[in-house]
Amino acid sequence: MPAVKSLEELRKLREEAIQKRNARTTSGDIQITVAMGTCGIAAGARETMRAVLDEIEANNLAGVVVKQTGCIGLCELEPIIMVEAGGNPKVTYGKVNVERARQIMKEHVMGGRVVSEYVVQSA
Amino acid sequence: MKYFRSHVLVCVDPECLSKGAHDVLDALNDELVAQGLIDEVQVLETSRIGGCAVGPELMVYPEGVHYTGLSVNDVPYLVEEHFLKGRIVQKFVAPPKASADEELGAPTAREVRVVLRNCGKIDPENIDDYIAEDGYAALEKVLGGMTPEQVIDEVLASGLRGRGGAGFPTGRKWQFARASKATPKYMICNADEGDPGAFMNRRVLEGDPHSVLEGMIIGGYAVGASRGYIYCRAEYPVAVRTLRIAIDQARAYGLLGENILGSGFSFDIEVRVGAGAFVCGEETALMASIEGKRGEPRPRPPFPAVSGLWAKPSNINNVETYANVPQIILKGAQWFASMGTEKSKGTKTFALAGDVNHTGLIEVPLGINMREVIYDVAQGIRDGKKLKAVQIGGPMGGCLPEAYIDRPIDYESLAEAGTIMGSGGFVVMDEDTCMVDIARFFMEFTQDESCGKCTPCRVGTRRMLEILERICAGDGRDGDIETLETLCKWIKVTSLCGLGQGAPNPVESTLKHFRHEYEAHIYEKRCPAKVCKGLIRYEIVDACTGCTVCARNCPVNAITGQRRQLHVIDPNTCIRCGICEQVCNFNAIVIR
Repeated sequence: MPAVKSLEELRKLREEAIQKRNARTTSGDIQITVAMGTCGIAAGARETMRAVLDEIEANNLAGVVVKQTGCIGLCELEPIIMVEAGGNPKVTYGKVNVERARQIMKEHVMGGRVVSEYVVQSA
Repeated sequence: MKYFRSHVLVCVDPECLSKGAHDVLDALNDELVAQGLIDEVQVLETSRIGGCAVGPELMVYPEGVHYTGLSVNDVPYLVEEHFLKGRIVQKFVAPPKASADEELGAPTAREVRVVLRNCGKIDPENIDDYIAEDGYAALEKVLGGMTPEQVIDEVLASGLRGRGGAGFPTGRKWQFARASKATPKYMICNADEGDPGAFMNRRVLEGDPHSVLEGMIIGGYAVGASRGYIYCRAEYPVAVRTLRIAIDQARAYGLLGENILGSGFSFDIEVRVGAGAFVCGEETALMASIEGKRGEPRPRPPFPAVSGLWAKPSNINNVETYANVPQIILKGAQWFASMGTEKSKGTKTFALAGDVNHTGLIEVPLGINMREVIYDVAQGIRDGKKLKAVQIGGPMGGCLPEAYIDRPIDYESLAEAGTIMGSGGFVVMDEDTCMVDIARFFMEFTQDESCGKCTPCRVGTRRMLEILERICAGDGRDGDIETLETLCKWIKVTSLCGLGQGAPNPVESTLKHFRHEYEAHIYEKRCPAKVCKGLIRYEIVDACTGCTVCARNCPVNAITGQRRQLHVIDPNTCIRCGICEQVCNFNAIVIR
């Protein structure tokens, strides 16, 4: 533990401590769920997941929680990700490759506009 | 900043370590590397998740899943299932706890959490958690541009009064200590919480130790002290350990020690452990104990602010008093003074005990009345019984009858009613309580804890206890009440310290409000609440089916009778243990 030598350093320490604490939450303003069943992983969900995480990190997004889920029964549409932003209903995207993942992150998560062309329509 | 989608907190408490937590930690890191997840999942060390008994254990966020009973061999499976495929591995999930926290539940509508605000919310062994909740922000404000006088003025303006019981204005106390010229000066924290059933201070020390440290550092700056002592009783091993960890962490950050935050102010704190004498909660006895002497009080003046620890100016406050200070500095005296009554500001923690539905720790604004505490916060009397009395203030406090429960709880109003605020004991008694027996119980406690230095307390409380024991045994005599009254009066005015001065309170208050019960015991030889064994008799009534359960369970074979016939208790053999009443399935045993 490095010593805190000034008021300035204590303020910095507090900011870091708040960030660390926020990491330990079970819900965020925006929840992204990646389907990681065997079907999903085979279709490239690992790469999709990495792209999602990469975008969060690169853009310093706060309040985003990334979760996983298993096969949701739409194997032919994998990789699938679901985005829940604010109080809006969950949006499910299909065939989300790395490129589409980055686009969804930019437009939906950061921009607030649902990328309708990749949305999986409910039957 | 690096983003991790998941955080794993592995418990590294000694108990978990002994069960192989380090191996699990290593295996976890290795496996995350092997599966290519190490950039996505962060592994951290933590403590006290709550499952050490079935460790090693870990917590996974954001899911908030608690896994226990893991071994190294389970790790690859766990990593693949949980972190790769996102499936929670049910067989390792800890069973939900029966009760999250028996001492401290979620605050009820009437409660306001100031002192207890962080308890149960932050990890007490992690200073960063405290800092994230505005911890040490008050110290920052003080060292960043407040003079010691300004700090004292702020505390004075807030109206904060000593939470140890006497209610002396904290700011005034600090002024006295500041005015003393001699150096070094000492800040002392009284954490010798000895009242039976009281655990307000323990909870703060165990749940939010840094709030007390911060309050002491600020106080040290205000009075010009260079050293602090926390006097904590040995019966609180967890509190002592938590405090020591907190002090070490504060030192490592330079929040304790030389030249704190580059301000030029130096202050350090040490924990001293008491050996379990109740009298050491009295300030002069406490200081004698810190010095390594026998824990006995001495006459005042000189007051500690002039000549305290090692004959140097000392300021002594209670745990709860110190824990209030950072909040007052941070949010301002106005905010604090907005809670409470005219002369009693802020909140007070109480340990609710007795015959109420909800017992445990509460924090309420001062000025709330007892009815609200009993019927709203404590959710009423158990089993729908009637309220008989409330005992506030620990063994030095008094018993108040039902007629007083609409009075506000503040220092003046309680003193007027014949009790004290004390450190926060709040015992609710229902109609089945014998007030003479209660007075005897508290007298037994104080008599046992009397240090023996002064005669009124040493001998006087013994005489009182003898009389009370005699009354409860059914041998009360005409004149006993008057003798008790005389003893109360003289012990109060002639005892050396608060223990002796307060010892008669339970007797005096019960004599005042429940005199008829004493009279029933002495003159009618009966205990109205049917508690005192010497004055009651167990009898079997017609509801008896002759099942013989009582006779078989009686430890002294006092019950006789044929099977399927009414049984009889021999009152001369019966020891009034009450077992027969408990085992009877037909409510056939009554107390007369």
